[in-house]
Amino acid sequence: MINIIGLIFISIGLAFDVFGCLGLVRLPDVYCRLQAATKCVTLGTCSILFGTFLIVGFTAAGIKSLLCMIFLVLTAPVAAHAIARGAHRAGVKLWEGSIVDKYAEDKEGEAQNRIK
Amino acid sequence: MKSRISMFFVAFIVWCLFNWVPDWQHLVIGGFVSAFVAFMVGDLFITRPHVLMHPSRYWYFFVYYLPMFLWECFKANLDVAYRVLHPRLPIYPGIVKVRTKLTTDTALTFLANSITLTPGTMSVDIDKDNGVLYIHWIDVKTKDVESATRIIVDRFEKVLKKIFD
Repeated sequence: MINIIGLIFISIGLAFDVFGCLGLVRLPDVYCRLQAATKCVTLGTCSILFGTFLIVGFTAAGIKSLLCMIFLVLTAPVAAHAIARGAHRAGVKLWEGSIVDKYAEDKEGEAQNRIK
Repeated sequence: MKSRISMFFVAFIVWCLFNWVPDWQHLVIGGFVSAFVAFMVGDLFITRPHVLMHPSRYWYFFVYYLPMFLWECFKANLDVAYRVLHPRLPIYPGIVKVRTKLTTDTALTFLANSITLTPGTMSVDIDKDNGVLYIHWIDVKTKDVESATRIIVDRFEKVLKKIFD
């Protein structure tokens, strides 16, 4: 029984990972791609690890997969944040269909103040 | 000193979990390693150790924040899957600005992480002095600062204020 539930979790995780990769290919610019990559891959991989934990139980591998879940949830958003900020600072443009870019507006104001 | 001691226990528990099932050799080595780690970086990670002593904070964390976070995370995944699988790709991206009343580092970190893992939003930059976050939103509903704050930040801010401030 517990094996079947574990396998269901692993299949859900695999499906979300596939969606994340699809998003990585289909979406137009760095920022949207990062969104797909962080969200889907985080929950997808967590789901796979949780399924593994259900199947192997409280053994060495099971405990390690639980710890990996915690570290993944803590670090994936930080990495996405760092990449997005770095990309924006390096001058990567948003997709031309984008509606608003408050960050660029504020940064331009800052730069002009510094020149004055 | 308090922060070093709590850092020692956190490091020791993580070490024990990584070496499951622990025997006495692992415990001795783990004690030395955790002491070294706590001595080197203890005051960097836990700057306000008295926060760790309040049981009500743990209660709010596990009972209010964690279920809400997991549910939002699940919704975010369905949202991304819908946008990616839709043939016309329904996205209206943009970077908006929101305000936050949180001030401590831990609370801001958790707020930014929660925003990144909730539907359609991702934090790009934080301006700690002015209490401003820049958020990349895949489906911009409003350009106004106040209403964007109400939609994105408010539900987490209330809980996080009780936990970390």
